[in-house]
Amino acid sequence: MSSLSSKINPDTNVAFAADWPDAVHDLLLKMQVRQVGVVPDAGHARLIKLFEADKQSKVVRLTTEEEGVALLTGAWLGGERGVLLMQSSGVGNCINMLSLPIVCHVPMLMLVTMRGDWGEFNPWQVPMGQATKAALEAIGVIVWRADSGAEVIEKVTGAAKIAFNSSRPTAVLIGQNVLGAKDFKELAKK
Amino acid sequence: MISKNGRLHRRAVVAELLRDRGNLLLIGGLGAPAWDITDAGDHPRSFPLWGGMGGAAMIGLGLALARPDDRVCVITGDGEMLMGIGALASISVRRPKNFSLIVLDNEHYGETGMQETHTGFGVDLAAMATASGWPISRKVTKPAEVTELRKLVHEGIGPIFANVKIDSERLPLVLPPSEGAYLKNRFRETVLGPEAHFA
Repeated sequence: MSSLSSKINPDTNVAFAADWPDAVHDLLLKMQVRQVGVVPDAGHARLIKLFEADKQSKVVRLTTEEEGVALLTGAWLGGERGVLLMQSSGVGNCINMLSLPIVCHVPMLMLVTMRGDWGEFNPWQVPMGQATKAALEAIGVIVWRADSGAEVIEKVTGAAKIAFNSSRPTAVLIGQNVLGAKDFKELAKK
Repeated sequence: MISKNGRLHRRAVVAELLRDRGNLLLIGGLGAPAWDITDAGDHPRSFPLWGGMGGAAMIGLGLALARPDDRVCVITGDGEMLMGIGALASISVRRPKNFSLIVLDNEHYGETGMQETHTGFGVDLAAMATASGWPISRKVTKPAEVTELRKLVHEGIGPIFANVKIDSERLPLVLPPSEGAYLKNRFRETVLGPEAHFA
């Protein structure tokens, strides 16, 4: 596992935890995660690259996040574990499809990078960002939140264990303070 | 295979596609396709859906990626396919060779009062699959084409898409088990063996 360090985002001058994606990638490979459903987010960029570069992982580009819930249900029917990488706005797209893993008792790990949260510059992201945890919990997903790089590893470890050991969907929300909140308004001034 | 209205009969089409099905792994989309695959015979290698509308094709993709040495077929309806139409793009990018996606297209939402779907107004699902890069995509309207499609489903190099235009007549309900955990465990144990429960 890589050591955890903090870097400064040159665009925003905000500190962010740099190495958690490497540690999460190592962890999920060790836990036999094979299928990776992805709708990109800046906060997941490094983790997506790591999965794309390793030979064991099958990365599936999704047009919308609920495709990933269905994908991982099928993966489990065939004996493979998976993970879904998405932004908090995509959680809203998933809600009805999450009936599948809940009714069928399918393990499903979701790593959600937050928008509309700490330091958000874009007001249109705020409604879904603020509703993310409640929406997931309303449909029956167990949710944890991570606000530092070290917390990401700890929460993902625990969330993966309970997902795969109790056959249910779990989610870790990764705060914008971990990611270094972006600010296009500051960027536009440059 | 032809109904009294002169169009393909959905249950006869499904029975032909599943004739001598061997180890074929099958996903049945929410609604009439789930009843159709059950009419052909409830089977432990079938996974009929009672929910998750729009998800059938992607469930099939996840299964096909997990089981590259097995044949995987999804049979769903036009309404279900339209709700998850982006799957045509996502599946094409992964290009699973062992995968076929059959849409039974009656141009109606049959479970909700027979409202017309988009396909009755010229939306061409087979053309959408072709435009998404599927190497094989067919529109099927005749019994002989169904028999050709059966061969593709069982032996062809996928991904294979077929839009099968069927009669919209209402048929008696033939319901599969509805307990999701049972259907999942039955399927996994059949495909993976007893170790399915220790994974």
